[in-house]
Amino acid sequence: MVSTSSTTGALSGLLPGLEVIRKDFPILERRLSGDLPLVYLDSANTSQKPQCVIDAMVDHLERHNANVARAMHQLGAESSAAFEEARDKVARFLNAPSRDEIVFTKNASEALNLVANTMAWPGPLEVTAGDRVVITEMEHHSNIVPWQLLTERKGAELRWFGLTDDGHLDLSDIDSVITENTKVVSLTWVSNMLGTINPVAEIARRAHEVGAVVVVDASQAAPQLPVDVQASGADFLAFTGHKVTGPTGIGVLWGKADLLGQLPPFLGGGEMIETVSMERSTYAGIPHRFEAGTPPIVEAVGLGAAVDYLTEIGLDNIHRHEQAVTGYLLDGLAGIEGVSVLGPTDPTLRGGAVSFELAGVHPHDVAQTLDARGIAVRAGHHCAKPAHKRYGVQSSTRASSYLYTTPAEIDALIEGINYTKNYFKVG
Amino acid sequence: MDLDSLYQEIILDHYRSPHNAGLRDPFEAEVHHVNPTCGDEITLRVHLDGETVSDVSYDAEGCSISQAAASVMTDLVIGQPVAKAFAAHEAFLELMQGRGEVEPDEDVLEDGIAFAGVSKFPARIKCALLAWMAFKDATAQAHTVETSTKEEA
Repeated sequence: MVSTSSTTGALSGLLPGLEVIRKDFPILERRLSGDLPLVYLDSANTSQKPQCVIDAMVDHLERHNANVARAMHQLGAESSAAFEEARDKVARFLNAPSRDEIVFTKNASEALNLVANTMAWPGPLEVTAGDRVVITEMEHHSNIVPWQLLTERKGAELRWFGLTDDGHLDLSDIDSVITENTKVVSLTWVSNMLGTINPVAEIARRAHEVGAVVVVDASQAAPQLPVDVQASGADFLAFTGHKVTGPTGIGVLWGKADLLGQLPPFLGGGEMIETVSMERSTYAGIPHRFEAGTPPIVEAVGLGAAVDYLTEIGLDNIHRHEQAVTGYLLDGLAGIEGVSVLGPTDPTLRGGAVSFELAGVHPHDVAQTLDARGIAVRAGHHCAKPAHKRYGVQSSTRASSYLYTTPAEIDALIEGINYTKNYFKVG
Repeated sequence: MDLDSLYQEIILDHYRSPHNAGLRDPFEAEVHHVNPTCGDEITLRVHLDGETVSDVSYDAEGCSISQAAASVMTDLVIGQPVAKAFAAHEAFLELMQGRGEVEPDEDVLEDGIAFAGVSKFPARIKCALLAWMAFKDATAQAHTVETSTKEEA
């Protein structure tokens, strides 16, 4: 059990009742090898799950399990209702104008691929030779590769915003990057590596001036910022269930109804059709047109419970908590000689993922040494190789907090890094 | 978890001062291997003289385990017949896949026995094997070059 240290009192912005919130997450009671308490600082990788999410999924499997939308029996009706209720919950979570704008996918990658892939086909949103697609250098690979595939296939041009030395998008040349022939601007709201919060609305304004469609990867934003799709400037927005305290295996694509309606089908199969003959088929309306096959039903139920859980705590409160913990972490790291942080060092301009280097010790070795003390962090390129290359590093160690993270856990990390320096005899 | 069983002093010594590092001429084959999950990279050259591994040179970026493994490997294979070098690779692979149950043979693996502990850390096995995989690949390519040159002659 990690107890709140004396520093907690001095740290404002922490979630009230943090110790009670921690009790919602059974895994936080885990003891690791050597009977050490778990210090989980890998939430940007995947978040832990509260009991209410676990219970909702178990209850569905134990009492309501059936396929959706095609079973003419009571369980089928219950399962369909639970699945569609999850869509309502996600719509409320995003402040979407219509529940039909919520498409369930298997993860955020699939959501982004859905948009990039269907834009290759003839239709009002088709990207053709000579068109431009704009991304940024701080994207996760899942918001780079789909656009590379699209532009390579169509003979279109891929351009990107570079990064400033302090970890922000370099928007100084925005008018020459987002040009009249730009069809798509796709960017992350919050960087999974640098933590940077990007000015999505400002970039969307310029994109809309030239008639481009704005795609936002909200995988790191949805867990920790209030997301209002109507105010965001996005035309499409993707996030994944497992980072918002929900299960793996489910992601969400939100799109403006008129734009979703202009995209051709993605995967073909059951549920996405209106009628099928041997020669041709006609397709269901949105969102079902994009949900071929049996969907992730129990995962949707879990995601619905998760977004309700976050809403109950309040995304503004979670954001404040993340800023407080991240500020405390940045202060701690600043006090260790040999540590350099990648990305903004002002906690109000960033999310809760903090990547850093420790001079003389490779990130794998940092993570291994911390793991031996029960501290879970991520080491590597975090699926953001171009952003690492931009800062001349091959990989980094990333500590990422969430709504259940305590200052005492940050203290444990800082101690662990000092221990690592000692172990490898650096500094 | 016992960190010291992973980070043996021999491993840390090789990490701090790697043997045979740097890229050298001549060479018949050069390969670039990447560990896609973590980003560790190695560029490795092999120079064969008939059936003998005359030189192995490399430029590697990665963790202590991957760097030390490259260093230890070059000590083991340079100057040896290809068959003996491949036998050392087999022995090292067996050790890595042994989940800590395999007793390494110091006569075959020399400093490589220090990696016995790595086999108990599944996430790190690929680090220890990166240089070996690159060596095997490059040697096979160099062999093809040698054979085809001989056939032409």
